[in-house]
Amino acid sequence: MKIQEADAKSLLLAQGLPVPPWEVARNPDQVKAAAERFFASGADRVVVKAQVLVGGRGKAGGVKLASTPDEAREVGARILGMDIKGITVRKVLVGAAADIVKEYYLGAIIDRASRRIVLMASAEGGVEIEEVARQNPAAIHRVSADPELGLLAFQARSLGLAIGLRDPLLNPFVAIAQGLYATMKANDADLVEVNPLAIVAETGADGKPQQSLVCLDAKVTLDDSGLARHPGLEALRDLDEEDPTDAQARKLGINFIHLDGTIGCMVNGAGLAMTTMDLVKKFGGEPANFLDVGGGARHETVRGAMDLILADAKVKAILVNIFGGITRGDEVAAGLIEARAQQSREVPMVVRIVGTNAAEAARLLEEARFETAKSLDEAAEKAVAMAKAAAR
Amino acid sequence: MSIIVGRDTRLVVQGITGREGEFHTRASIAYGTKVVAGTRPGKGGQAAIDGTVPIFDTVAEAVKQVGANTSVIYIPASGAPDAILESVDAGIETIVCITEGVPALDMISVVEAVRRAGARLIGPNCPGVTSPGQAKVGIIPASIHRPGRVGVVSRSGTLTYEAVQAMTDAGLGQSTCVGIGGDPIIGTTFLDVLKLFRDDPDTDAIVMIGEIGGSAEEEAAAFAAEHLRGVPMAAFIAGRTAPPGRRMGHAGAIISGGSGTAAEKIAALEAAGVRVADSPTQLPRLLLEAGYRA
Repeated sequence: MKIQEADAKSLLLAQGLPVPPWEVARNPDQVKAAAERFFASGADRVVVKAQVLVGGRGKAGGVKLASTPDEAREVGARILGMDIKGITVRKVLVGAAADIVKEYYLGAIIDRASRRIVLMASAEGGVEIEEVARQNPAAIHRVSADPELGLLAFQARSLGLAIGLRDPLLNPFVAIAQGLYATMKANDADLVEVNPLAIVAETGADGKPQQSLVCLDAKVTLDDSGLARHPGLEALRDLDEEDPTDAQARKLGINFIHLDGTIGCMVNGAGLAMTTMDLVKKFGGEPANFLDVGGGARHETVRGAMDLILADAKVKAILVNIFGGITRGDEVAAGLIEARAQQSREVPMVVRIVGTNAAEAARLLEEARFETAKSLDEAAEKAVAMAKAAAR
Repeated sequence: MSIIVGRDTRLVVQGITGREGEFHTRASIAYGTKVVAGTRPGKGGQAAIDGTVPIFDTVAEAVKQVGANTSVIYIPASGAPDAILESVDAGIETIVCITEGVPALDMISVVEAVRRAGARLIGPNCPGVTSPGQAKVGIIPASIHRPGRVGVVSRSGTLTYEAVQAMTDAGLGQSTCVGIGGDPIIGTTFLDVLKLFRDDPDTDAIVMIGEIGGSAEEEAAAFAAEHLRGVPMAAFIAGRTAPPGRRMGHAGAIISGGSGTAAEKIAALEAAGVRVADSPTQLPRLLLEAGYRA
């Protein structure tokens, strides 16, 4: 589950990490009011950042500076309602603009190959780490946390030294790196990223200029499998950015991803669902969705899945592909028959059911006059032909 | 001889009294698998599966009393890591965890404990392992198999069934079919299984079913290029059309930052001399083209 920058920052703050204060605003007046508070507490300028769950906000014009509360209001008005990669901006983060001396990247990930938590750091901060990985992989330094002991101070220190940090910023870096690790563990996150981690120039308590390391941005994704044991985190799910069908799919316990094509797919198993999409494409069609009904789907699930597929007005044909193992073919067939009796619009459908109780399923489908297919390739080819015929 | 499970398998089922545990244990027994025990804490001394399989309170008891050497886990995600660790502690050599939805961070320390003990873990979130004609541990349907000499390894469940069925229909039997699971952190990788197949005198050809996400297929390709040049191999990679940044059902199936794409995996496999199918139904033909004769 992806969460917004502001929520990610709250999780970092909870582990004691240095995150400058921020406010979240949902309309231009709130942006102005927040800006006024930051200016009153000494900010020269404020930054207004779109809160959306996609990367590339800056390039899209979703991050702007302002020198007065009125300018902040105006900038906020421009960003709010903006479309960034298909997502409408509904809220912005407002904070004092930092006086940045240098930017770094620091991230904690779950590394599949070593099966450890790996901390990555780079002196090339502020740009996408994937870009650095492509252009200059040697600029990314890594250490693996011990599965039992965690991220040790000497490991974090070696990472800080590798990216060129020295006294007096080295120890703060160690604390931040260990804090990222702690954030990951405390929330069952699978990614915790601070980009940029910045050296900023400030005025110290003694009135003298000083430098410190702060987390200017934060990105956290949570392991869906861990959510159940952190009841508070479910509240961070951003319903604003969810397709309404996402919540419906979650309730049904199915995996559903809306895509752009015309052929609705219903499949059991994630790998087979992806394969079904691939074959639709191979035969010249476009899948309208990825849909995995899961193992052991009952007829209610099948009915609900059909509703989700039909809710997409672009769907011109439906392909059902079930390889029964735990899932019983006759249960799926019964669900399809029920769904068709109740569905709001007629859409041509081809059904392929093999495996457990396939013979019984075939009998039910034949009685109900469903179009069927023997192989996956045949089913995909038929569905593509149906969609093309319906589009004419 | 087969790999991972076979005639020597003496299976203890953790969670034998649950709905899934009981259903699949019956299917395993019907297939001829030696199921020697089940566990259900607090019900030790009773018997499951119509009184034919003794129930023990702990895996350790099952090892001591009836010589269990392999375990299969049908326990909900919240208890699955503990179930794996209990098997490790009891000295079980091969642990197959079917359970899905285990948090990845739990698996990091569990996999480490398994490694230290020198045990083997398959999964989690996997369909299990079948050596046709010998033993079936997990939930892969018995009907799709035919004994033979092709080793199958896959990250997926039903997609594996599809591929195995296509091979059986074409008359190509299997030595062992291994579902390694679709999670980011798993006990046994493609690479591990390829090494086992290489060393198995009863496996003459290999089919590998991968999907988007991670780089396990690329690592397998590198191994194949170096160590499996003479072995007929065919592969299929699911997710050619998957959009980047979205988790395609499996927790491990995500294209992130432009890496983990099907195109990269296919290119790596083809460069290693592995034929890659664009539909699972083509796998038997590709194996024959690679020179395999059943």
